[in-house]
Amino acid sequence: MKRKAVFMTASMLVTGIMSSTVAMAQDTIKVGVLHSLSGTMAISETTLKDTVLMMIDAQNKKGGLLGKKLEAVVVDPASDWPLFAEKAAQLLEKDKVAVVFGCWTSVSRKSVLPVFEKDDGLLFYPVQYEGEESSKNVIYTGAAPNQQAIPAVDYLMKEVGVKRWVLEGTDYVYPRTTNKILEAYLKSKGVKAEDISINYTPFGYSDWQTRVAAIKKFGSAGKKTGVVSTINGDANVPFYKELGNQKISAEDIPVVAFSVGEEELSGVDTKPLVGELAAWNYFESINTPANKAFIAQWHAFIKNPKRTTNDPMEATYIGFNLWVKAVQKANTTVAEKIIATLPGLETPNLTGGTAKVLPNHHITKPVYIGEVKGDGQFNVVWKSNGEVAGDAWSDYLPGSKDIEADWVTLKCGNYNTVTKKCSGQNYK
Amino acid sequence: MKHLPWGAQWLFLLLALWGVPPVHAQSSKDASFLSTLGELREASYSDKASIAERLSQTGHPSVRAVLTAFLEQRLYFRSSDNKIFIVKAADADPLNLIDPLTLKDAGSATADSMAQIGTNNALRSALRATVAHFSLSSPDAAVRFDAVREMARSLDEPAVTLLRQRLAVETNSGVKKEIATALALAALDGSDPRSRLEAIATLKQSVSQDVRNRLALLVDKSPDGSFVESDQQVRQAAAAAVKTIDRWRNFYSAFQTLFFGLSLGSVLVLIAIGLAITFGVMGVINMAHGELMMLGAYTTYAVQQAMPGHIGASILVAIPAAFCVAGAAGVLMERAVIQFLYGRPLETLLATFGVSLILQQSVRSTFSALNRSVVTPDWMSGSLRLNDALSITYNRLYIVLFTVIVFFLILLVLKRTRIGLYIRAVSQNRPMAKAMGIRTEWVDAMTFGLGSGIAGVAGVALSQLTNVGPDLGQSYIIDSFLVVVFGGVGNLWGSLIGGMSMGIVNNLLEPYAGAVLAKIFVLVALILFIQVRPRGLFPPKGRAAEDK
Repeated sequence: MKRKAVFMTASMLVTGIMSSTVAMAQDTIKVGVLHSLSGTMAISETTLKDTVLMMIDAQNKKGGLLGKKLEAVVVDPASDWPLFAEKAAQLLEKDKVAVVFGCWTSVSRKSVLPVFEKDDGLLFYPVQYEGEESSKNVIYTGAAPNQQAIPAVDYLMKEVGVKRWVLEGTDYVYPRTTNKILEAYLKSKGVKAEDISINYTPFGYSDWQTRVAAIKKFGSAGKKTGVVSTINGDANVPFYKELGNQKISAEDIPVVAFSVGEEELSGVDTKPLVGELAAWNYFESINTPANKAFIAQWHAFIKNPKRTTNDPMEATYIGFNLWVKAVQKANTTVAEKIIATLPGLETPNLTGGTAKVLPNHHITKPVYIGEVKGDGQFNVVWKSNGEVAGDAWSDYLPGSKDIEADWVTLKCGNYNTVTKKCSGQNYK
Repeated sequence: MKHLPWGAQWLFLLLALWGVPPVHAQSSKDASFLSTLGELREASYSDKASIAERLSQTGHPSVRAVLTAFLEQRLYFRSSDNKIFIVKAADADPLNLIDPLTLKDAGSATADSMAQIGTNNALRSALRATVAHFSLSSPDAAVRFDAVREMARSLDEPAVTLLRQRLAVETNSGVKKEIATALALAALDGSDPRSRLEAIATLKQSVSQDVRNRLALLVDKSPDGSFVESDQQVRQAAAAAVKTIDRWRNFYSAFQTLFFGLSLGSVLVLIAIGLAITFGVMGVINMAHGELMMLGAYTTYAVQQAMPGHIGASILVAIPAAFCVAGAAGVLMERAVIQFLYGRPLETLLATFGVSLILQQSVRSTFSALNRSVVTPDWMSGSLRLNDALSITYNRLYIVLFTVIVFFLILLVLKRTRIGLYIRAVSQNRPMAKAMGIRTEWVDAMTFGLGSGIAGVAGVALSQLTNVGPDLGQSYIIDSFLVVVFGGVGNLWGSLIGGMSMGIVNNLLEPYAGAVLAKIFVLVALILFIQVRPRGLFPPKGRAAEDK
């Protein structure tokens, strides 16, 4: 008897739980979060997962979307690029999410691209990248090279007077493509080949002594030298440490980085880095009411007043708000309809400007250049005149300067303006 | 290289230094100083530079302190009344204020109520040049040395006068030499051929890149094919001097490459010594060796957290602590897993690989997946400057020394202590050692603990070079096996020679081949070497070798 009663209650409990999840599943809109929570990229990507969760939480407090609550589906692709594709397929095919916020490295984006195109999903990609891509199924809310790399090089050339260039990067697709664009750009500005030195090191590289000594030697030829760093992830810490140890100050050889922000500097002794440069579309130190509110919201959500905010977080914030607006405007969450609604939509960014989705699936962003301060924050020393429109295909590479992306009129991510042909999504 | 705008300022500076009585009364001078200082609050970066220039022209007694503070980002203003103060240390809260006029304490204020007057790179280098003029009379020889070097970058007439005066009273030989070089650089611009030749003779003794570049300008041809320098004698002397300087610089740069190789080699040796004991002596393929190093690195982090304010000493405390933590983990591993698997290398490999995953995940759960920041103590940062062409970074220098010390300590333990005798006896002939009454199981545990402890100590060194994270061990495990196999299994000297030569070859190749290719070359060379000598550099000899 007793055993039977226990069994009864247990089974009632189980059915109760099951029916409640079924009920919830009917009432929610699922939002996929595809960021590495372990492995080498966890340091950067965990923050973005938390940002999406914070935005979902805030939206639910406002009553959700289309009368439904939002529900986050978080998966961990573990900094393993093929696993990204697997997890993306799981989100789109099994969990049937309405939208995915995710990826950091370009390899991971390239890995999930075929999945999103096959299943007609929608990905918001929040990190600055090398361009040369425009997919129907991706909205690029991070910077294209003309919104970060080119303005940074311009700043070094015009304001600092740099004549000799070291392009130092981690060995993967983003640095290699960015450096190809920068090399073409520098040469178009009359910089000679012998004044450009390009070098790549592996992920997580830590034995920087020889490279830094080589940079020092390259920089002692009597011309002002600057380093453009596309070094990614945790290889940056030993790199800057070695610069400090070999007494190379930002006044002698400034380093402008595209992957070093507030998050990467937190927990690093920044005294030896004072004056080193970074180019982004957002800095935590920019004083606007929207930014202050965002920082306060972040600190309250993460329950740690010392956590910093950074550029990819702002890009996630913009992407999420754009998606919410598109859903409200289209009155549906079907990815295909949202993708058609997005171009032309506007949302305020955190630095007092407006982010507008362009027909090429990139957005408008302001460009800022900051110098590292002793407290790990950035001191803005230059800003662009208004917002810069993201350019998917670089105008400086011979293969890509005739190519245009337009998903509104041309319905093509790779349209050759000379041959008047759309050659599919993947260039080359 | 003449900077006319600075000339006027120099004159005022000289007047101030010579103690010519100020024209204005003190109070009006204070007022004008304060009002100029006040402009800094709102100014743009380029305006700030001209304001700083005007400040130094006032000749006010506190100019030096104010400009130094400005350079070091210690100049703040109070948001409530816009009054400017110097703060003692920028990262303190509350900030301790100093009055910019009297340079006396002016109480304290919370960091929130004060705003920093920002600087950028261009402004800081302008400020550094201005402050250098004041630093020339500093009691600290190192400060004077840096000041002279700073002034040598932009020499104008007043600067040369100031340097000449300093040379007459200077006592430190290093500073004297630097001033002589700076004056010679200035003399190159003169018109008297004899003094120019003398200047070149002086500059010939320098190995500085700046001096070399300056001399090289005299040898250059202009675009139309004629020489930039019309005096043939000067040109030839300069060409000879450039050649001499280049020769010396090449010599020193070869020396530097050698040192880089040694330092990389000593890291390799350090990570391999522990393995040379567990793998080499005991024959255990320990895939968790890297994770034992990671434990050592995390111990360093924990010790630093436990003793904030004593960062310098924390590293020294961390060494024995890491030895104990990693050693204890090693003994535990041996007792719990490895002792059941002796003689079954494949199973040992898999089991220890499992242990490595467990260790990684437990660290990830305890300390989070994010990297931990281990602070480098002051005595380990910066570099030892031997001359203009050669500096050696302290952290690498200490690691080379540390490796040598650890290596000889291990050698001493193995050759001169009772436990060392047991270890050698058990590894050479286990049944015989057992027959002699040695508790071989206990010796096994101790040996494995010793090897693991050394891995922990290596972790302390690695925490100074790379990121302390759960994956730290994985990036070094392959290297450590390579060193041991290359050096000859079971031979400590082999590991030392093997590690050092791998480091040097890697660094010789890196400038030409890049970091990735250099590593591949070393690996291929190693594989070929193993084909020729399968037992490594120093193969075990004698009857004991036959059993293995």
